[in-house]
Amino acid sequence: MSAVLQSLVNQPYKHGFVTDIESDIAPKGLSEEIIRLISAKKNEPEWLLAFRLKAYQHWLTMTEPEWQNVRYPKIDFQDISYYSAPKPKKKLASMDEVDPELLRTFEKLGVPMHERAALAGVAVDVIFDSVSVTTTYKQKLAEVGIIFCSISEAVHTHPELIQKYLGTVVPVGDNYFAALNSAVFTDGSFCFIPKGVKCPMDLSTYFRINTEGSGQFERTLIIAEEGASVSYLEGCTAPRFDTNQLHAAVVELVALDNADIKYSTVQNWYAGDEKGIGGIYNFVTKRGLAKGINSRISWTQVETGSAITWKYPSCILRGENSVGEFYSVAVTNNYQQADTGTKMIHIGKNTRSTIISKGISAGHSNSSYRGLVRVAPTAEGARNYSQCDSMLIGDQCGAHTFPYIQVHNNSAQVEHEASTSKIGEDQLFYFSQRGIGAEEAVSMIINGFCKDVFQQLPMEFAVEATKLLSFKLEGSVG
Amino acid sequence: MINPNSTPILTVRGLRASINGTEILKGIDLTVKSGEIHAIMGLNGSGKSTFAKVLAGHSAYEVTGGSIQFEDKDLLELPPEERARAGLFLAFQYPIEIPGVANTQFLRLAYNTVQAQRGKEELDPLEFDDFVREKMKLLEMKPDFLDRSVNEGFSGGEKKRNEILQMALLEPKLSILDETDSGLDIDALKIVAQGVNQITNKDNATILVTHYQRLLDYIVPDYVHVMQAGRIVITGGKELALELETRGYDWINENNSSIAGVLA
Ligand SMILES: Nc1ncnc2c1ncn2[C@@H]1O[C@H](COP(=O)(O)OP(=O)(O)OP(=O)(O)O)[C@@H](O)[C@H]1O
Ligand SMILES: [Mg+2]
Repeated sequence: MSAVLQSLVNQPYKHGFVTDIESDIAPKGLSEEIIRLISAKKNEPEWLLAFRLKAYQHWLTMTEPEWQNVRYPKIDFQDISYYSAPKPKKKLASMDEVDPELLRTFEKLGVPMHERAALAGVAVDVIFDSVSVTTTYKQKLAEVGIIFCSISEAVHTHPELIQKYLGTVVPVGDNYFAALNSAVFTDGSFCFIPKGVKCPMDLSTYFRINTEGSGQFERTLIIAEEGASVSYLEGCTAPRFDTNQLHAAVVELVALDNADIKYSTVQNWYAGDEKGIGGIYNFVTKRGLAKGINSRISWTQVETGSAITWKYPSCILRGENSVGEFYSVAVTNNYQQADTGTKMIHIGKNTRSTIISKGISAGHSNSSYRGLVRVAPTAEGARNYSQCDSMLIGDQCGAHTFPYIQVHNNSAQVEHEASTSKIGEDQLFYFSQRGIGAEEAVSMIINGFCKDVFQQLPMEFAVEATKLLSFKLEGSVG
Repeated sequence: MINPNSTPILTVRGLRASINGTEILKGIDLTVKSGEIHAIMGLNGSGKSTFAKVLAGHSAYEVTGGSIQFEDKDLLELPPEERARAGLFLAFQYPIEIPGVANTQFLRLAYNTVQAQRGKEELDPLEFDDFVREKMKLLEMKPDFLDRSVNEGFSGGEKKRNEILQMALLEPKLSILDETDSGLDIDALKIVAQGVNQITNKDNATILVTHYQRLLDYIVPDYVHVMQAGRIVITGGKELALELETRGYDWINENNSSIAGVLA
């Protein structure tokens, strides 16, 4: 690879710092005792402890998956601390009382919380390590009957909803990492949009892993009742560490009749250094159930971080005429590995799904798209359109596409398109001959390549995503 | 036109360049003054495009000797984007396709970058749209080229027109047109030539790389140079192109010294 391209893609991670907030850390290791400790620390009801223990028993019988196209050393699950919580100095009533250290952290991330909240009209439920520190705009949302809080809070305030829906989309024994999460999850977001309510603003959560060696096991549950709609934003950054950190979140979405859930993610976790040392392991289970007629689940993701990403936001299209969408940009650089894609499971009649996947690989990285489209015998008239494009920057990276198509109903229409392209020296020269520097050129090409996905993001998120891609792929040229 | 009082825009002395260790340019001398039009001709593979790309600063070529002075600047000190901003323009022999980047967006960024460099006003998308449409009329280009990706799926001739459109927008000091006439039909050739003629004035200069006398009927050169194996072996007036057309390049080799004597 040329020197120009080399320096372009070797931009150091900008969010690598550790915030110094005293943590309350559980001893390392996983056992029934630890699970009881987590549950007790969180003062949980008996049924939730039972849920955790059942998941744990499942997990003990399972083995770590190895089919994905990624490589990493074996994880020692006994060397992970399963609980850590920052100690708030006192109870917080407003943003002014938020730990200034924490605010500075957000400042460094380039996402000042007050600005996001005020300017963008976004409710920010800040997840700092595993415990929610503060929740804003709660009042305003409460007026229309929306519940938006941490899941551990919801366990106490709305136990009937949690008990009714938790684990219904991703069962406790679904897969190795989901089982682990179900056993040890510490916190996450809960969001409930009641019948007929259109959520008046985008709901946003900033996740952040902060304590070295602590696994992160977030659990998110979003319910949209009949005719309700919500747009949910999730953004992640993490500080720089040398030891790998496991992140195994579970996200469950449920859309009832005519409901609409749009879930957008911009992810920028620490990816390891330019030699591939360190970085987050991001093994996430995200699934939406389009349960009711005419319901819609839409996933949009911009994946730029993590040493290893293993993630397939999926839709189960059970309701008649329900719609599933997956729009994804995955960027890998240096020695990053990503195996990501989606599953669209068509069960109801006339269900429709769209998959748009854009993979960008630079450096020595490897990126795979893995997608399953399954049309059940019941899914009369189901339709799917998939488009998977890969872009290579330099000649030492790889892109792979693994589409799995299983059609069990003759009336279904399934379409798959794929392409691979490359940013070449001559393209960059063409730009520079017109006065446009390499950084701007790469960013322009990449943005053009990702346009179909960025269009799906809420405005302010799209701006952020564009900047993030520039961070990832641009560097000091010359 | 040749004017004894005009100042040099480009001064090339003893320029040598190689790619992957193979020397392609073997000592080129050339002086281009403001107001002048130079044609460079020569057999396939003689180094014409290489010369053009080395002037523009392509990183694949290593300059191993000589100097390039561009107005008051040492060109070899500047990265390609700064050469472009200083007013050097290359219309490529094979313009590359850039999928996903809208032509209008690309053109505007290029235009605004150069404007900013000259301390002139930048245009917002709406203003630019009006401006670029005017320029396109000049070249009889359909407006839908604005919304398409840069050069993607353009026919050979359409790509060449898009190059000249960029030249018209950027108003360079020195334009190097590398076989812009190849692949153009007669009508397009006239339109492109008209475009070039409208842009040229006493303060700028043009280098035309071409294989055909036909272009030189429309854009009349002040000098014609013949390149051979990485050197300019002979220089003459516009008649030299006519001579080459009838006699071919072998004629130069057979009569090199005597012709050089006649034309010097
Ligand atoms: N990467 C390379 N490695 C080796 N030789 C090269 C490389 N690139 C170009 N050359 C050689 O350099 C020589 C000059 O090429 P150039 O493109 O400058 O010729 P040209 O005069 O523009 O020809 P044409 O009239 O066909 O456009 C050719 O012999 C070509 O094969
Ligand atoms: Mg050539």
